[in-house]
Amino acid sequence: MRALDLANLRGAQYADVRVVNHREESLSVKDGIVENLSSSETEGVGIRVLVNGAWGFASSREINDVEVDRITAQAIKIAHASGLVSGEKVDLGPKVTSQGIYQTPVQIDPFSVSMEDRLALLMNADAELGKVQGVRTRQSHTTMLKEHKYFANTEGAFTEQTLIETGGGIQATAVGGNEIQIRSYPNAFARQQVTGGWEAMLSWDLPGNAQRIASEAVALLTADPCPSNITTSLILGGSQLALQVHESCGHPTELDRVYGSEAAYAGTSFLTTEKLDNFHYGSPVVNLTADSLRPLGLGTFGWDDEGVPAQSSPLVRDGLFVGYLMSRETASKLGRESNACMRASGWNRIPIIRMVNVSLEPGSWKFDDLIADTEDGVYMESNRSWSIDDKRYNFQFGTEMGYEIKNGKMGRMLRNCTYMGITPEFWNSCDAVCNADHWVMWGTPNCGKGQPSQVAHTGHGTAPARFRNVKVGVLK
Amino acid sequence: MIEEKGARELCESILLHCKSNPAEVTLQYNDAELTRFANNNIHQNVAERDVEVTLRYFIGKQIGTASTNRTDKAGLDELVEHAKANARTSPADPNYPGIPEPEAYQRVEAWDAITAACSPEKRARAVGTVCKMAEEKGLNASGAFSTGSGALTVANTQGVFAYHPQTTADFQTVVMSEDSSGRSQESSWKVDDLNIAGLGKEAIETAVRGHNPRRIEPGEYSVVLQHYVTEDLINSLNFYGMGAQSLEEGRSWMNDRMGIQVMSSNVSIWDDGLDPDGSPLPFDFEGVPKQRVDIVKQGVVMGPVYDRYSGAKMGKPSTGHATPISFRDFGPLAINLFMAPGDSSVQEMIASTKKGLYINRFWYTRLVHPRDCVITGMTRDGVFMIEDGELAYPVKNLRYTMPYVQALTNVDAVGKATHILVGEFGGISVRVPALKIHGFNFTGSTM
Repeated sequence: MRALDLANLRGAQYADVRVVNHREESLSVKDGIVENLSSSETEGVGIRVLVNGAWGFASSREINDVEVDRITAQAIKIAHASGLVSGEKVDLGPKVTSQGIYQTPVQIDPFSVSMEDRLALLMNADAELGKVQGVRTRQSHTTMLKEHKYFANTEGAFTEQTLIETGGGIQATAVGGNEIQIRSYPNAFARQQVTGGWEAMLSWDLPGNAQRIASEAVALLTADPCPSNITTSLILGGSQLALQVHESCGHPTELDRVYGSEAAYAGTSFLTTEKLDNFHYGSPVVNLTADSLRPLGLGTFGWDDEGVPAQSSPLVRDGLFVGYLMSRETASKLGRESNACMRASGWNRIPIIRMVNVSLEPGSWKFDDLIADTEDGVYMESNRSWSIDDKRYNFQFGTEMGYEIKNGKMGRMLRNCTYMGITPEFWNSCDAVCNADHWVMWGTPNCGKGQPSQVAHTGHGTAPARFRNVKVGVLK
Repeated sequence: MIEEKGARELCESILLHCKSNPAEVTLQYNDAELTRFANNNIHQNVAERDVEVTLRYFIGKQIGTASTNRTDKAGLDELVEHAKANARTSPADPNYPGIPEPEAYQRVEAWDAITAACSPEKRARAVGTVCKMAEEKGLNASGAFSTGSGALTVANTQGVFAYHPQTTADFQTVVMSEDSSGRSQESSWKVDDLNIAGLGKEAIETAVRGHNPRRIEPGEYSVVLQHYVTEDLINSLNFYGMGAQSLEEGRSWMNDRMGIQVMSSNVSIWDDGLDPDGSPLPFDFEGVPKQRVDIVKQGVVMGPVYDRYSGAKMGKPSTGHATPISFRDFGPLAINLFMAPGDSSVQEMIASTKKGLYINRFWYTRLVHPRDCVITGMTRDGVFMIEDGELAYPVKNLRYTMPYVQALTNVDAVGKATHILVGEFGGISVRVPALKIHGFNFTGSTM
């Protein structure tokens, strides 16, 4: 409160302050050897001020009166400098006065699980990976984090949150001749992550899936290559579809990109404001939601970093584009209210618009029925590479593994699978989404945006889906 | 900022807690400010002051790591206890070679008091200049101007103590119209070396020239690549194969190619942490002095960079390329890269091209396959068709999928001017020229 009072005194029309303590523990095993066993902690305070309609922000690791006074004065000075080259005055819209306490629900606090138990699980998984001949490198890891933060603003908000995440996975790499093949589980890059406790890690059963993953990596070395430059039906597995949603649905609906705030770095968006309520983003089976309430999602919390309460809002309904991911400032500009998408990666960063849990709602298909209904096509799963243009329009993805689909049946395994497309064409070609039985909340703990860079943790619920007339097999 | 004396005292106080066991402390101080602009005005403007203290504690070959940014007694006591507990839990690593003995390292200047003291007003006025220039042309400027200071200290119980203060400055801008854009960037450890008005002019000229771009058919083209693109080529080859760990695990583009000419003879790439024309750092994150390492010499693959761990596994000494502890899983990395200049200007490269593309920048480049470092990505912020030795017309952005090893095999000409760019990720600096390459493979186009 000292910072807010001082900011007011020095002429800030609005100020908010966050005090954050972030603890993380990670453990990784490679080829039976502990590669990393570490604990980390970072804490500090950041103050954001609005002076004459221009922003300033300063932060420090030292949380004491002298330093808080220094950074408050620094933030005010920076805001005055911003005012030298300012545009429209910032309007934050309705006041935010949230109060309360939130904690991620967990069954087993991951920090209460001994390092010995965590290590035993990973060593067990490593041993199972090692039972398959031909695997060159075996990796397994787990990460857990606990972030405790206070937020207060000059409008009367005061919230306290403890967010807990648990993540982990395994990976097998096989090398032969000119081929290098990788398989991961449960998610690409061996990192599934959720808001939740150690029970999530146990539910993934890493040891029980290790031999399968390792065998697939070895089999991929001699699998047939993905057919080259053909147009066919594509069925995407859940985790690959989660990244597809992240890149081609989540990012283009960020309203700061639309308004040009990220133009020099993350890029802009093809979803300009005249398309709102007026553009067929996808086919009628495509329903996308932004929410921060769903269990396990990495975008699940009590309030965002502007103090706006967690909520759920539609982005695409029956294929029609109906909503953005918004901050107070951008929502006000659009004539709407924030849907709680402002998040900072730490005490030393300002909040910017980030995905919360951007999910593809389940459809009606059983997975086996979807395969049986597909005459010719390719099934792909688990991401290996991703690239999309600065408007989030033209994309190309590669996956760890694929299978040919012939006459309604999964056929031969395929290696080096890729597909490419144009975002609205791709989502308009979606004719089937699997049902809630196949729907999983996937975690993407590595979303980069902003300068200085910020890494956000986002959630994406998906079930496998089918897309027609997709170009696949673009490698060289 | 912490002075050398203070850094030494802090390290010694932590190592004292480790008593008779080997231990290593790394301190990274960071005082950074960044002014961000979009739509011709400043919209984000930030400052941070932080330190990361990392301790590695060893019980024989058992290793425990902990880090914190709390330097009060309670914070440091917890740091030591966490590192010790982690070491006790961790099974021995038979490959661990031990912490290094002290070695003299060459001090190299990388500190500029003017940069360290750069004010938000100074950055705002520079940004304002570029915004005004863009506005006068009816264009929209965005970008970031960052300045900062810091110090890296590494100390261990064997007596290693290495301290390196440095400053950083970087300006980058994208200038856009409704149907075109241009980008420029420059980095230096002296803020006043940045020619910000010149950078603004460069981006504006590209944007103005880029109006009414035409869609062209994908396919193979000769390309003249600005140094911004070369940075992506070199850094991708770095991430996916210049470190010894990737070689040892069989996933580097260098595997089975050592001593063989696989690139054009006018391609030479090396790493040198002592060259003040880069962003110098004289020792690595284990306190080992940096060696100059030839990675590719006249097209011949010479070898990777090593840290102590990968070196011990492969029977080689460390070349001083250990990464920060939080990044150590990745293995050693080159962070002071250089590519040798040639004898052509960009204008001469264009003039010598019958038909081809001039490309200012690549964007969102990702690995498709590691063996030949096959990368896919997009062009961005300036693509032009070259016809009969001249820029003929602007072109809509293209997607490419290209083995970068092949790209450097197909080099026809190398620029005589080199430019330094420092990436945000890991502070990796790359000094590179422009390139002319034939047979570059484009696989699609966009809006």
